[in-house]
Amino acid sequence: MKERVLSGKVWILRDPDGNIYNNIDTDQIYHNNYLAITDIAQMGQYALGNLKGYEQFHKFVKKGDIIITGKNFGAGSSRQQAVDCFAALGVSLIICESIGAIYKRNAINSGFPIMTCPEIVKLAGEPGLKLKDGDVIRVDIESGAIKKNGEVSEIARGEAFSGVQKDIYDAGNIFSYVPPSN
Amino acid sequence: MGHTIVEKIFKNHLIHPGDDVKPGNIVWIKLDVRSARDFGGANVVKNIKKYYPGQNVADPSKTYFTFDCQAPANTIPYANNQQSCRLFAKEHGIRVFDVNAGIGSHVLIESGIALPGTTIVGTDSHLNIMGAVGAFGQGMGDMDIAYAMRHGATWFEIPPSVRINVKGVLKFPATAKDLTLFILKKFGSAGLLGSSVEFYGEAIDALEMHERITLSSMATEMGAIVAIIPADKKTAEYFRAISAEAKFETIKADSDAKYAEEHTIDISDLVPQVACPPSPENVSDASELKNIKVNSVFIGSCTNGRYEDMEMAARAVAGKKVRPEIMAKIVPATHEVFQKMIETGIIKTLFEAGFIISNQGCGGCASGQIGMTGKNEVQISTSNRNFDGKQGDGKTYLASPLVAAMSAVNGYISFE
Repeated sequence: MKERVLSGKVWILRDPDGNIYNNIDTDQIYHNNYLAITDIAQMGQYALGNLKGYEQFHKFVKKGDIIITGKNFGAGSSRQQAVDCFAALGVSLIICESIGAIYKRNAINSGFPIMTCPEIVKLAGEPGLKLKDGDVIRVDIESGAIKKNGEVSEIARGEAFSGVQKDIYDAGNIFSYVPPSN
Repeated sequence: MGHTIVEKIFKNHLIHPGDDVKPGNIVWIKLDVRSARDFGGANVVKNIKKYYPGQNVADPSKTYFTFDCQAPANTIPYANNQQSCRLFAKEHGIRVFDVNAGIGSHVLIESGIALPGTTIVGTDSHLNIMGAVGAFGQGMGDMDIAYAMRHGATWFEIPPSVRINVKGVLKFPATAKDLTLFILKKFGSAGLLGSSVEFYGEAIDALEMHERITLSSMATEMGAIVAIIPADKKTAEYFRAISAEAKFETIKADSDAKYAEEHTIDISDLVPQVACPPSPENVSDASELKNIKVNSVFIGSCTNGRYEDMEMAARAVAGKKVRPEIMAKIVPATHEVFQKMIETGIIKTLFEAGFIISNQGCGGCASGQIGMTGKNEVQISTSNRNFDGKQGDGKTYLASPLVAAMSAVNGYISFE
C-alpha cells in the first residue's frame, strides 16, 4: 500500500492578473509540438511550457511539490503526456476545483494523484488569503482532509480518492491493477 | 426506475450484469470498438509491448488504427510512430485506416463500424462525436487505450445525465455550428463538465447526420463526457444505407429517466455565431465582429469537414474570389468526402475561387499540417478549438463553413 498522506509545497497557478487559472488545456500543459515524444524522462521540460507565467516551471518545481488550480483542469486533448510531464518532474499531487473528463482518467490510470476540492481554491483564490505559494500542505487521499504543515485543523476537505483510483494508485498504474472479480 | 441513454448503453455492456448504473457508480464496461490514431498510437503500442509482452490484443477484429493527425507524416518522429503502429497491426492482424483514409472518427462512422448503441474508445479527444449516431464514445490517453485493446473492457464512472431541449428550428444563415457555439456561449467550457448530455426538440430531430456530427463533436469543448443525439429513423436509415445487414439498436431514454439537470433553449432567432480567442466559450454574434480583418481561413476538421460543409462553402463563394491576401484552406474529412467533392464538381468551384485544397485528414488542427498563423494574424476556422498557440501564433476565431467562406471573400468576419 502506498503513502496515504501526500505532503508538499504548493504552486497556485495564477494568470497575469493574479486570478487562479480556469480551463487550463492540454496544449498549455504540454504543447502539441512535442507530441511525438514517447520517453517520459524527456517530457518534464515542457510541463506548463505554453501557460503564461509558467513557461520555465520545470526549472523551479521540486520533487514532491503540489499544484493547485481552478476549474476544468486538463481540458482538451487526450494526450497522456499532459499527465506524464508532471510525473516526470516528481509533482506529487494536483488539486483543482474540477478536472477535464479525459485528464481525470489519464491521471487515475497512470497512478498519478489528482483530487478535486473547490474549497481549497477559494482559500487560495486571492493573494494574501489562507494559502499562498510555497506553503507546505498535507493531504490525506483517503479522507480528503487537507492541512497546513504543523497544524492540526483542516483547512479544506477534498474529494477522497474513489476505490478504483486508490487501487490503481497502489498498483502503480492500470496495467498492474487486477480488477475485483465481484 | 428508468434510465437515460448513457445508462442504457452502459447497462447493455456491463461485465457484471447485476451492477447498478446509477450516476457516480464505477462499473466495468465491454468496449465494441477500440482504436488509436497516429497521435497516441505509438505510445499505445509501446505500452502493450512493455506491459503485455508476447500477448495479443483481446480481439483484433474490434481493434483499429486510424492515421489522421499527420497524414502523411511530415516529420520523422511521426513517420516512425506511424510505422511502429503499422508493424504492430500487421503482426497482430489489426486493421489500419492509413494516411489516405481521413479523420478516424468519421471513417469509423462511414464504414458502419461505429454503430448506434455501441461503446467506442480511441485516442482522439473528440471521439465523443459518436454521440451523433446515438453511441457512446470516449477519447482516452494511450495507457487507457492500451488497456482497452488488451482487455476489451475498462472501468467507467457513470456520468450524470443532462437533458437539453432545443426549441425552434435553425434558419439560414444559422447552421448547426451556430447552434453548437450558442450552446457553448450559454453553458461555458465547464458548465456541462463530466456529464452526458442528451439533446431533444424539433431542431434536433431536423438535424441531418453531418449536422449532428458538428454538434456532438464539440461535447469536448463543453466539458461533457458525451453529447448524445438520440438515435432515430434518420440514424437507422444512414446505417442501413451503408449495410443492409447492419445490426444495431436505436436506444431511447426511458420516460421516467432521471436527469441531474434539464434546460430549455430557444434558437428561433439564432444568427451566425463566432467563438473569439482564446476560448470556444467566448462567443459573440458574427455581426458584431465586422471590424476584424482576416488573414487565414480553414474549412475542415471533425467538426465541419463533411461534404455538406464543403458544399455550403462552395455555394457561398461560387463565382467569387478569395481575397489575394488571404490564405484559404480546405481539408475534406475523409476519402469519401473528397470523392464526392470531385464527383459533384464543387472542388472546382472552391479551387477556382482561390482555396488551397489539401488531402483528407485533420489538416489544420493537430499539428498545423496545412499551415499555421504568424504573430497577430487572424484565422477564421471551422474547427473546434481556438486556444492560444493551438493553430499558430495568431488568433483563431471559430465559425461555420458559411462564415469562414464569406470571410475569405470579403476579407473580414462576415456571413453575406
